[in-house]
Amino acid sequence: MSVSKFLAILFSGALFGFGLALSTMISPEVVLGFLRFQDYGLMLVLGGAVCVTLLVYQLAPRILSRPLLDDNFAIRPSLLDRDTILGAAIFGLGWGICGVCPGPAIAALGTGNWDLLVALAGIAVGAYAQGWLKDANQ
Amino acid sequence: MQSLFPLGWGHYLEGGLLIGLGVSLLFVMTGWIGGMSSVFSSTWSFVSTRAFFQQARFVDTRAWRLVFAAGLVLGATVWWAWMGPIEHLQTGIPLWQLGAGGVLVGFGARLSNGCTSGHGICGLSSMQWPSLVAVLTFMATGALAANAVLFLGGH
Repeated sequence: MSVSKFLAILFSGALFGFGLALSTMISPEVVLGFLRFQDYGLMLVLGGAVCVTLLVYQLAPRILSRPLLDDNFAIRPSLLDRDTILGAAIFGLGWGICGVCPGPAIAALGTGNWDLLVALAGIAVGAYAQGWLKDANQ
Repeated sequence: MQSLFPLGWGHYLEGGLLIGLGVSLLFVMTGWIGGMSSVFSSTWSFVSTRAFFQQARFVDTRAWRLVFAAGLVLGATVWWAWMGPIEHLQTGIPLWQLGAGGVLVGFGARLSNGCTSGHGICGLSSMQWPSLVAVLTFMATGALAANAVLFLGGH
């Protein structure tokens, strides 16, 4: 990885993390408030992020022949099968219990909210279990 | 407005736009799709020899995903130093909820191949309707669980 690429990725992530903190999505209480219909701010966060990203995802490959520091624009795999739905349902149950999703679990480390390390560890364990189970079922 | 957003709405929109800018900049510079849950699988490939974790889609992306994750921590730290409270942030959510919920979050997001950022931001912005189905599904079960926890005496 070149230095310019490293810095570009780090800066992109920093914008993401700053946005998560500014929008208070790193606070489980705020996320749970959304899921309990008390504060609809999360829709503004998701809506704002999608507006910008939708524009760039659609326009960038038409304007640029390739990314500035790499060869190809990736396309997100799109699949609707049992795992997609079942996984989303399980993810939602967990999200409603802890109020933490993967991005905020990572970003929260930067604010010294150490209790969220428990959620971060939980997510890592859950991700390992998913891979382990997939292997076992092959 | 007051009843929809009792804590105000400007910071939500500004934060959301910044998150979108981060995901967009990553795409313009590298062409990569910046969903966050994959890093929890790809990082296991450093220590686990299991065939699942040694797939190219994890091994080939594990380095930049970790750098991207480090950026998230850095960005949140900058916010904290610049605009945050003097004390470190705290949560009143009990540890059992954080731990148990976290395991389900990790398992479910990886099984579904996406979370709030992967399906929510990247999937919807790619105009993929499977991601829309996933988003509606996890918002429904999330609301169900969050209200059930409250009903059962949790936080």
